[in-house]
Amino acid sequence: MATVHFTETIQRHVPCPPSTVGGTTVREVLDAVFDANPRARGYVLDEQHELRKHMAIFIDGRMIRDRTGLSDPVGADAEVYVMQALSGG
Amino acid sequence: MSTRLFAATRKGLFQIDRGTSRWTVKKVHFLGDNASLVLPDPRDGTVYTALGHGHFGVKVHRLRQGARKWEEVATPSLPPRPEGTAPRTDPMGRTIPDSVQLIWALEAADPARSGSLWCGTIPGGLFRSDDAGSSWQLNTALWNHPKRLEWMGGGADYPGIHSVSVDPRDPNRVAVGVSTGGVWATSDGGATWKISSHGLRADYVPPEQARDPHLQDVHRLVQCPGQPEQWWIQHHNGIFRSSDDAQSWHELEVAPSSFGFAVVVHPHQGGTAWFVPGTSDQRRIPVDGRVIVNRTRDGGQTFEALTNGLPQRQAYDITYRHGLDIDESGDRLAFGTTTGSLWISEDQGDSWKAVSEHLPPVYAVRFVRDA
Repeated sequence: MATVHFTETIQRHVPCPPSTVGGTTVREVLDAVFDANPRARGYVLDEQHELRKHMAIFIDGRMIRDRTGLSDPVGADAEVYVMQALSGG
Repeated sequence: MSTRLFAATRKGLFQIDRGTSRWTVKKVHFLGDNASLVLPDPRDGTVYTALGHGHFGVKVHRLRQGARKWEEVATPSLPPRPEGTAPRTDPMGRTIPDSVQLIWALEAADPARSGSLWCGTIPGGLFRSDDAGSSWQLNTALWNHPKRLEWMGGGADYPGIHSVSVDPRDPNRVAVGVSTGGVWATSDGGATWKISSHGLRADYVPPEQARDPHLQDVHRLVQCPGQPEQWWIQHHNGIFRSSDDAQSWHELEVAPSSFGFAVVVHPHQGGTAWFVPGTSDQRRIPVDGRVIVNRTRDGGQTFEALTNGLPQRQAYDITYRHGLDIDESGDRLAFGTTTGSLWISEDQGDSWKAVSEHLPPVYAVRFVRDA
């Protein structure tokens, strides 16, 4: 089970407490989180289900590479951080 | 006459009320957030606002009349890209994102149907809601029109719909202004669309294409509610008027400049309109450092520069396309600027008073219609 943490800055708009979910890819893990917290989905992903331009996701300290397909593998007991990218200002 | 207005700014939505003699900021909603647009709905008192979060995308919120808390409603969304296909490109070969970048128009759709709304976006999607924003449907007739794919970015990188005008005679008659893509009109509620920008002129394309109605960079399109055959456009390189239901457009010579973004028309007198000019496309600053409002009362034959109460030296305020509004009486006007000034007139622009000269950059100003 992976633990997903969200940036503090998102909490003002939509509460996103840390959650522990199943899944072997970023897509599966995020789907599990957003199934339980549907309003948060649109803050992280756009309508094409791709990572928003100015968001970043780290798995055990490494930034994911596949921002569109969200296919990067997520290991058991991984720590996933959903952060805002500095590029967004 | 209106006694309240909202100003959507880079750092929040400001509510400005008229006391016994002065207008003052009474409340700030979404302080710190980027409010790109506001619609105080005259039908039921609901206020809608669009937020553009840099990281988290665009959102729409509504405040029901009498309610104390805003509710986030649905965000207009573009359809899924067909699997295995790449994002579309514009005529210049640039990739157009297939997600909504900015909410650029919000208007009441049908006066008889509370909660019916039109929403224009960047990139150029037009959306309709019939449940006060709880859900949105893309207008596929316009979205799938082959000419829509030829729209281009103007001031923004991508094309967008910034003006939606619902005909007071028939809500099925709607016109939209596109930057860049001209004026499009429907008479069947959006089932079919046709270009309606004949007579506009573009000076940013080769001469033989200058009159192409599809290449026109309309900055703002307005229709006179009381004389709905009368229309005005502030265009990228000129000011145009139509007196025949937007069937044809005629260019006007305007001093000191015909460059600008905003225009409003008097609610009952179609020949009376106001503009806030800048120097030129290349120099988006007031002419000679003087903030003026240009008014015509004779259909554009003559214009007078209104300056009473406005700074006349070393001023660099620019007013964006939604930054100028007029109330339903036609006497009260307000405009907000990129440098955070907001001025109100109660005498059709003859004199102005500053509400503040220290607001965040102002994107949109809208009066609330008196109940």
